Amino acid sequence: MSCAATIADYALRAVGIGERLLPRSDFTLCQQFTLIGSGLIWNVYFGIVALLTGFALATLVAIGKASDRRLARKPAEWFVFVFRGSPLFIQFFFAYFAFLALKQVAPWTEALSSAWAGALVVLFLNTAAYSGEIFYGALRSVPKGDQEAAEAYGITGWTKFRRIDWPTMLRLAWPAYTNEAIFLFHATTLVFFTGFPARQQQGDALYYANYFADKTFNPFVPYPILAGYFILLTLAIIGAMGLIGRRLNRHLPGDVARRPRFLGQVMR
Amino acid sequence: MFTFCTDPEALDGLAWLACYLTTGKHMAFYGAFATVLVLLAVTAPAALAFGLGGAMAARSAVPPLRWLGKGYIAVVRGVPDIAFFLFFVIALDQGFEWLRHQVKCPDWPDPVRQGTDFLVCDAAKLPLGNSPQWVHEIYGFALAVLTFAIVFGAFAASVLYGAMRAVPRAQVETAEAYGMSRRQAFRRVVLPQMWSYALPGLGNLWMVLIKATPLLFLLGVEDIVYWARELGAAKTPRFSDYPHGDWRIWYFLALLVFYLGFTRVSEIAIERLTRRLNRGQATAAGESMRRAEMPGGPAA
Repeated sequence: MSCAATIADYALRAVGIGERLLPRSDFTLCQQFTLIGSGLIWNVYFGIVALLTGFALATLVAIGKASDRRLARKPAEWFVFVFRGSPLFIQFFFAYFAFLALKQVAPWTEALSSAWAGALVVLFLNTAAYSGEIFYGALRSVPKGDQEAAEAYGITGWTKFRRIDWPTMLRLAWPAYTNEAIFLFHATTLVFFTGFPARQQQGDALYYANYFADKTFNPFVPYPILAGYFILLTLAIIGAMGLIGRRLNRHLPGDVARRPRFLGQVMR
Repeated sequence: MFTFCTDPEALDGLAWLACYLTTGKHMAFYGAFATVLVLLAVTAPAALAFGLGGAMAARSAVPPLRWLGKGYIAVVRGVPDIAFFLFFVIALDQGFEWLRHQVKCPDWPDPVRQGTDFLVCDAAKLPLGNSPQWVHEIYGFALAVLTFAIVFGAFAASVLYGAMRAVPRAQVETAEAYGMSRRQAFRRVVLPQMWSYALPGLGNLWMVLIKATPLLFLLGVEDIVYWARELGAAKTPRFSDYPHGDWRIWYFLALLVFYLGFTRVSEIAIERLTRRLNRGQATAAGESMRRAEMPGGPAA
């Protein structure tokens, strides 16, 4: 079978389009590249959707945590504590069994016990907690002068938040938020190694890399392929976030608008 | 465990639970918490050693060593660690067996890798086929520790690399002006001073390390996640004296609480350590502590 035919058969295998059965013997390099790349669709899906939805909740969490009112502050603090204080791995396990129990009570929640929806909820809440903490830190370091200037011009309340606090917060938080995005994409590989089952062998990039490593008993081919894909993905994230970061900093003199640095912690 | 546990049929309520929670398998489950703590205790210094080696290599004046150090940091950080956890365990296992194979059976005629099989001579098997069970367990645990140390070593290396660069340049220059060699200045000035710069990053890494320990069961160690899945799953009367429904949600809730408590305690300990290390340092944090301790200064 030529490589082009392999790509045609397996490129969308991870989302259920194309050949039903995975190759069982005589694995070619082309098959490994195609299938692991195909699995990357899931990583990108989980990463992007969780990042976009998590962003909105993270802003709310940051506002809640910075609030003077106890009723707003305490839930935000507990939310951040629970999701940052426990391993993502355990959260996935716990959520899966919680969703299974929920399904018995309320049948309409059935989708939550599948990976595409249930794991997404966990990733969404998790990234919201981590980014919420980043945004909270940034919100507290919005310069006092900026706020006083805004108030001197009669900009207060919601308008002040929308036009002064929020953009400044984003600008300050952006380098740390870029790291959070990278680690979120890395964390998406955990989904199919937890309680969430891979339906009809439709898994993410690591799922297929692990499949090949198990079948060939040779880790030295599939895992470097996976590593290569992830390094490319990481570079793409740094590039995209760098563009947004440059736009957020466009009013500043040149040297401040430098690229966000890739630092920070790994996984949760 | 208790004397009244001899007949599970006759028990109910709290007595049943007390007996259920003290079965042999539950004792293994509680022991697994110790496994996790031992792993952390062994891995943290090992990862620090890898980190120190990596950071020193990345700072080296010899280009190949520098590329090795920087490459190690960049690759491990750019790739999801779970991929490394799955990769290193078989890679290390095969690597060790291959090395022993080269030493012990030099005149073995067949290639080591035949199609999908990895074949080494019997004397090179690790651990040896006839060794007792505990040797296998220790070997598996050691592989897990080495894997954790390699992966977290890269993160520690990047933290330490940054901390070494944060030590004020003037201090190194002063040391050199007093006639210390590059190596002496590193050992006597940079190394003792960098810890207060490295501590926030290392503390963060410790929290991440704690939260990576549930991955142990993927490496073949019978850890708390393994037992939670085993014990929580539904038991039918045929297989157990203590049948129950699907209790995995409760077991995982217990693990969640355990990790929350553990990270909270660590957080407090790290905060104390930071205060201790910042005392007397010529940094913003040290200065604010000095001011706070002065009579008539602002209250802390």
